[in-house]
Amino acid sequence: MSSHADDAPSGAAGTSPAGLTAGGLNPTLSAPVPYAGDAYDEFARQWAHSVQGTSYVPLPLADMQVYLRDLTRRLSSALGSEPFQPHEARSIGEALVAAHFTGTGTLERTFALIGAWWPVLRERAYAERHDPDAYLLRLIQIQGALAAGYAEALRTRTLHEQQSIHAAVLDARELTEQALHTSEARFRAVFEQSGLGIAIGDVDGVILDVNPALAQMFGFHTDDLTGRQVRDFMLADDPGHVWQWYEELVRGEREHFSAEKRYLRADGEPLWTHLTVSLVRDTAGHPEYQVAMIEDVTDRHRLYTRLRHQSQHDPLTGLPNRALFFDRLDAVFAAPGDADRVGLCYLDLDGFKVVNDSLGHDVGDQLLIAVARRLDAYVSRAGHLIARMGGDEFVVLVEHSAGTGQVVALAEGILGALREPFRIRGHDLAVTASIGIVERPVAGTGPADTMRAADITLYWAKSGGRGRWTVFDTERNDREVARYTLSAEMPAALHHGEFDVDYQPLVSLADGAVLGVEALVRWRHPRQGLIGPDRFIGLAEETGLIVPLGMYVLERACREARRWRDLGGPVPFVSVNLAERQCHEPGLVRQVRRVLAETGLEPERLQFELTESQIMATDGGPLERLRELAEMGVRIAIDDFGTGYSNLAYLRRLPVCELKIAGSFVEGLRGSGDADPDPVDARIVASLVDLAHALGLTVTAEGIETAAQAERLRDIGCDAGQGWYFSRPGPADRIATLLDGVPRVR
Amino acid sequence: MERPSWAPEEIDLSKPSVARVYDYYLGGSHNFEVDREMAAQAVAMWPELPRIMQENRAFMRRAVRHLLDDGITQFLDIGSGIPTVGSTHEVVRNAGSDAPVVYVDLDPVAVAHGRAILAGDPRAAMLGGDLRQPQDVLEAAAATGLVDLERPLGVLLVAVLHFVHDDEGPADIMATLHKHTAPGSRLVVSHASGDGRPDKAAEHQDLYRSRNAPMHMRGRAEIGALLSGFDLVDPGLVFLPEWRPEPGAEPVADAALFAGIAGVGIRT
Repeated sequence: MSSHADDAPSGAAGTSPAGLTAGGLNPTLSAPVPYAGDAYDEFARQWAHSVQGTSYVPLPLADMQVYLRDLTRRLSSALGSEPFQPHEARSIGEALVAAHFTGTGTLERTFALIGAWWPVLRERAYAERHDPDAYLLRLIQIQGALAAGYAEALRTRTLHEQQSIHAAVLDARELTEQALHTSEARFRAVFEQSGLGIAIGDVDGVILDVNPALAQMFGFHTDDLTGRQVRDFMLADDPGHVWQWYEELVRGEREHFSAEKRYLRADGEPLWTHLTVSLVRDTAGHPEYQVAMIEDVTDRHRLYTRLRHQSQHDPLTGLPNRALFFDRLDAVFAAPGDADRVGLCYLDLDGFKVVNDSLGHDVGDQLLIAVARRLDAYVSRAGHLIARMGGDEFVVLVEHSAGTGQVVALAEGILGALREPFRIRGHDLAVTASIGIVERPVAGTGPADTMRAADITLYWAKSGGRGRWTVFDTERNDREVARYTLSAEMPAALHHGEFDVDYQPLVSLADGAVLGVEALVRWRHPRQGLIGPDRFIGLAEETGLIVPLGMYVLERACREARRWRDLGGPVPFVSVNLAERQCHEPGLVRQVRRVLAETGLEPERLQFELTESQIMATDGGPLERLRELAEMGVRIAIDDFGTGYSNLAYLRRLPVCELKIAGSFVEGLRGSGDADPDPVDARIVASLVDLAHALGLTVTAEGIETAAQAERLRDIGCDAGQGWYFSRPGPADRIATLLDGVPRVR
Repeated sequence: MERPSWAPEEIDLSKPSVARVYDYYLGGSHNFEVDREMAAQAVAMWPELPRIMQENRAFMRRAVRHLLDDGITQFLDIGSGIPTVGSTHEVVRNAGSDAPVVYVDLDPVAVAHGRAILAGDPRAAMLGGDLRQPQDVLEAAAATGLVDLERPLGVLLVAVLHFVHDDEGPADIMATLHKHTAPGSRLVVSHASGDGRPDKAAEHQDLYRSRNAPMHMRGRAEIGALLSGFDLVDPGLVFLPEWRPEPGAEPVADAALFAGIAGVGIRT
């Protein structure tokens, strides 16, 4: 490449495409440019530069220059062709398009560049002895052909590309539609063939389409369902949240929900379903459709309901069972109103066991069924729950009780309903029942406590004579609870030495000598303080604790008595109460013997006190034991004589040596102030004393509180007295000091 | 067949397509009035846009040549648009290689067109897919049997990452691509950036956003952060024309062209 070639075009065209786009080619080029050899390179370089950016040409720069150099050579060849063939240049225009010089700026800049090279070309014309004007004409023709070829090729290419892009659109559409069609066909198949009921609705709740499964489920034709409102299928017992969720869904606040819901079939039968509703949104995300999928779970629901019924009902009578009853009772206490009250009637048939045992379980069962039917008819009519608790026990729950009166009236009604005998297998069975009634405010108590109260009250009604109702009594309950508590504490109390023995002297009315001392047991309760025997001896007899307790008292008393004997002076006997239970102990005599032996007390210094009724009922083993004790020398006294029923003939044969006249007769001898004593009581006491003396027994009067009483008793002929007038019960040590110093009878 | 999640429900020619607008910038006629209208608006706003797009194409060409020179023998071009003038397989074939090329785009028209163009090339395929579901894309590409994910793969993300919004987890997408490609794979990335022309960037993004193709330009540092796990080859992340310019090319002085950032990374 010559230096000229370097200078001229670059000076003219510049290297900046910006210079070209400004359209400012300098047309007045002066320096000649060689047009052979390296001039092609130079032209191609400038050409590449000037058309850069008019379109994307996928060629590396070097390749592009090679490509354009070839076009330059062809351009040059066309210009100098003989004969002149301008249309050859058409192929150059086509080649530009083929290389993707598709921006029309390409043509504009190409011609500008050719124009800028005119001075060079003119030199060539001179050199080749061409007429420069004719040469210019050729050049213009060449450019025209190039433009025509370019335009033709670009048009062809454009049309082709447009066609191909349109074809692509069609292809894409077809694919999309095919996919859509396929998915629609699939959806249709699912919709039509599904065993699941499917309904499609708009967000206003209008049902647009339902599938055959749904129509069949509801017993409607599909046409009967389309066009209807979703809300037409609302039922009063629908769970509230279902419709709340539904509203949220159609407002677009929820995508889907599932629920158990009941519908009504065309024939009015219930249709239980598992329902799933989903929201379908449009492309902008707004709620557009709702799709409900409904599964018929009626059979499952029925089974569940039946199992649930079975688990909550008694198979024999069909009444609710205790499980259902306790559910309902718990519910009452779970959410009580302010002044809410509740009532229970706990009912038990009287003597049902006899029916079972004598007529057989089958009759018993039939009776229970009949009773249950009558109870149910009466109680359910009143709107209350009646349950069979087991065996022959039933319970009625009165929710929102109006008061005790209402429940008592109900109980009377129940007793009335049972009054008519039951005819079972040819037997007329008269049935009575006992009813325990509890009626109380719900607040402040609980189901277990209320149930226990009903149970206790039923027991009261039973023990009160049967065939009756009894209302729960808090104070009675408290007492029984206290008794029970005491009774339960007693064994431990005995073990811990909480029982103590006090002593009260039995004084000779003739000379004031202490003849004997009665041992009286006390309970030093750690919390309740000192408790008298009247509160616990009965309990001890019930529980049987009286046996060890009695032995304990005996040992203590004998040990003390032995001590008094050792003091010297007058020696009193010790008098110990002997309970009926103790008499029945086969080892009684042996144990007494042992105690006497251990303490070294003479049998004559021991007296047992038995109550009148106790000793009168005594025969067999117990009587033998008393005789044996008496034969040993132990004294036997009858306590509280005159309050029971004595068989005098029998009394005569008993090994008794003393009567103790009950304090109630002595009371009558007291008089008040100057008033005279009760003459009847005085005569009774006198008769008793005479009787005792006639039987060879000594007599001790209990409960002497005044000197006047003591005097009168002495005058009557009573042998000894006991009471506060002489001495209150006291500790063993005090007795020792009394042995010579009790008040004398005047 | 089921409509894949990436495909639109219908072909809507009332909306411009990014792929066809790109073709228009390259000087193609695979476009419609609506595309040219959008392109015209963009050019009115930013006259250099066609040149930028051409620079982007040229970068891709240089990058693919570079990958071929480096021994990469299979290519996956995600977000290819319409594989018209100067497309990846054309570059590969022009270089005398029969390396397989799989194109992926989410524009169904581009996909259909691509299939037509590639009908005669059994070593090239065009798939519908969405870069935002990278694992699906890789699985679909592997399923063609043309590319083997166990071997180094040339992955092209040319002018596509800026259509992934930050909310769509671009880092996770890149991590997935990294995880499922073999070590030695190459990643070719170009990304619109406001770094060169902050004055134009906002307006241009707005235009694309208004045409359902929201564009998210990112700065060089942000783009670099997305390429973790890929070692950038020289000269790193640079403006489009600056990436390994061809011998003899004159330095581009026009700052207006500096709107795209490009680079090539090697998967470690």
